[in-house]
Amino acid sequence: MPATKAQALIAGLVMHEADPEADSDALEKLAVWMQRHYSPLVSVHNPDGMILDLTGVAHLFGGEAAMLKEMVRKLVAVGCGARIAIAPTYGAAYALSHCVASPTFVLEGKVSEALDLLPVTALRLPVEMVAGLKKMGFERIGELNTTPRAPLALRFGPPVGLRLDQAYGRVSEPFDPIIPPETPHVRRNFAEPIGAAETIARYVGVLVEQLAATLEVKGLGARKLDLVCFRVDNHIQAVRAGTSRAVRDVKRLTKLLTDKIETIDPGFGIETMTLTALITEPLVYRASTSVLGEAEVKDVSGLIDTLSNRIGESQLYRLAPVESDIPERAIRRITPLSPATGASWPPHWPRPSRLLDPPEHIETVALLPDHPPAAFTWRGLRRRVARADGPERVFGEWWKSDAERNAVRDYFQVEDDAGERYWLFRAGDGEDHKTGSQRWFMHGVFA
Amino acid sequence: MDKLREQIRRIEAGGRVSCGFLPFGVPEIDDRLPGGGLALGALHEVAGGANGALDGAAAALFAAGILARTHGQILWCLSRRDLFAPAMALAGLHPDRVIYAEGGSEKVILACFEEGLRHGGLAGVVAEVAKLPMTPSRRLQLAAESTGTIGIAIRRWRRQTEAADFGQPTASTTRWRVTALPSSPLPVPGVGRPRWLVELIRARAGECADFEVEACDEEGRVAIPAKLVHRPAEAVDGRERAIA
Repeated sequence: MPATKAQALIAGLVMHEADPEADSDALEKLAVWMQRHYSPLVSVHNPDGMILDLTGVAHLFGGEAAMLKEMVRKLVAVGCGARIAIAPTYGAAYALSHCVASPTFVLEGKVSEALDLLPVTALRLPVEMVAGLKKMGFERIGELNTTPRAPLALRFGPPVGLRLDQAYGRVSEPFDPIIPPETPHVRRNFAEPIGAAETIARYVGVLVEQLAATLEVKGLGARKLDLVCFRVDNHIQAVRAGTSRAVRDVKRLTKLLTDKIETIDPGFGIETMTLTALITEPLVYRASTSVLGEAEVKDVSGLIDTLSNRIGESQLYRLAPVESDIPERAIRRITPLSPATGASWPPHWPRPSRLLDPPEHIETVALLPDHPPAAFTWRGLRRRVARADGPERVFGEWWKSDAERNAVRDYFQVEDDAGERYWLFRAGDGEDHKTGSQRWFMHGVFA
Repeated sequence: MDKLREQIRRIEAGGRVSCGFLPFGVPEIDDRLPGGGLALGALHEVAGGANGALDGAAAALFAAGILARTHGQILWCLSRRDLFAPAMALAGLHPDRVIYAEGGSEKVILACFEEGLRHGGLAGVVAEVAKLPMTPSRRLQLAAESTGTIGIAIRRWRRQTEAADFGQPTASTTRWRVTALPSSPLPVPGVGRPRWLVELIRARAGECADFEVEACDEEGRVAIPAKLVHRPAEAVDGRERAIA
């Protein structure tokens, strides 16, 4: 449509010159951001899209569906309206993202179901070819898919068949991941494809050594490493390893990567390997001081990295006290390498070594309002209380929610005939029903 | 005779260097342990008796008490999320010292356990496991020997019937069972200092024994309760001073 016609249609239309170069730059920037946050394999699809390979990545975000939601949320937050689709093939993902408005996630095996109804424009074909197909009466991809190939190829050439096969996953598609500029990056091509785990490990070592040399020149240490293996059959396998502090130690980085070698499927062989330090931080040499009489603090960050790459970062933590009388709120997780807080829980209050979460309801025989139970039944066993201590009254935190305004718990430490010690509480003060249900709960086991 | 003993010890060690011992500070227990304390750089097993086999409450506190007397960071590998850190702090294990690792399966926990022992920068590693077959336990023992880190496996089962597994042989240096006993009597109603029956079921180059002890204090030390007939030593002193 000519600009003058558009201006005639809409009053006060604001016009900007098209600037494909700036668009492409911005897209590249966004792709680098996506690579940092989501997946080591990102490829820019000019002029308006990008492809992310999510193989082995989605579980870190709680599955594909959750990842999709998170991506949309993050992009909206930075002011990007985005249309996203997750599908088993690039072709299908492209078609879905361009034709379906809402974020879509298609499972393996459901591809043809999702694709059949989409228009042929979604096939990444040149405009004149799409026009030609429409002239012949093809509207939907499904119709095209069921048509004999030979006449189509005769008329349009090979692209139609190729795009169809790529969308349905019958042929694989090359993928050209971006390498963000200025990130330390090393690459190795092999004359003969390699496949054995030992060989891969050896070359990982070689690459890490080269990368460490590059990093040393720049005075940097790696926080996140991407090892990308290009296979002879055009598949790409990627391994990502993170560290909790900037690291340049060859041995340590090699170990982090070789720990994950079993996740690489070499197929018919790997012909190229690249190693990128995606996130780096300045790392300078520090003089080690020796202070007389001060205990040497040993560095455990290497172990933390190994374990967090194995079991996941969130599974590794330290606990720090929170000023709250409610036992389940008295602890919070902090990262394992955060500086020492020096704080501990108040001493002198008995606390069980195992806390039941949630507390379990028990049947008791107890005098109200402030006597400990004489006997209780927990998990089907009746126990007679021989000795008891308490109550320790814990009030609800009224500043957190209205429901807690009057809530009270009375904690008792009780010991049964056999000498086993338990931590019980009564929800409520034993008199006023506003303070709780007056039911008894088992909350922990003492040693 | 002493020379011969020394020779035998050297042959038994097979070139390994002993990393030292961590005494309980209670002569009655330390005398029964070869070396006068728990060997550092070795694997030890602790299980709970009776219901403790399932909740592992006393076993965890016993392990916390041992580690409270070491210096440095501790790695604690958990299988379930019910360990309550304030209780560990009460046994002398400051929260800043403990790094927790949650493993999804026994295999992952054992791998983390071994990784922690091999690292060498930690003061001790604790893992809560149900099964501990011979081969992994030997790997753990060797890993501990190579770095001098003390390893404590808290054996904890889901069902009482599975606890019979504790009879199976492993390569650990010592094996303990901690059972809760009625607490120390007080002159007033209330719960006194908890007491445990600590059984030393197996000790390499040592003999089995059992002790009735008072649970860990705020520095992680256990104590042998003073018998009424003998009177606590402090009380005797006090009275003598009063008379004098």
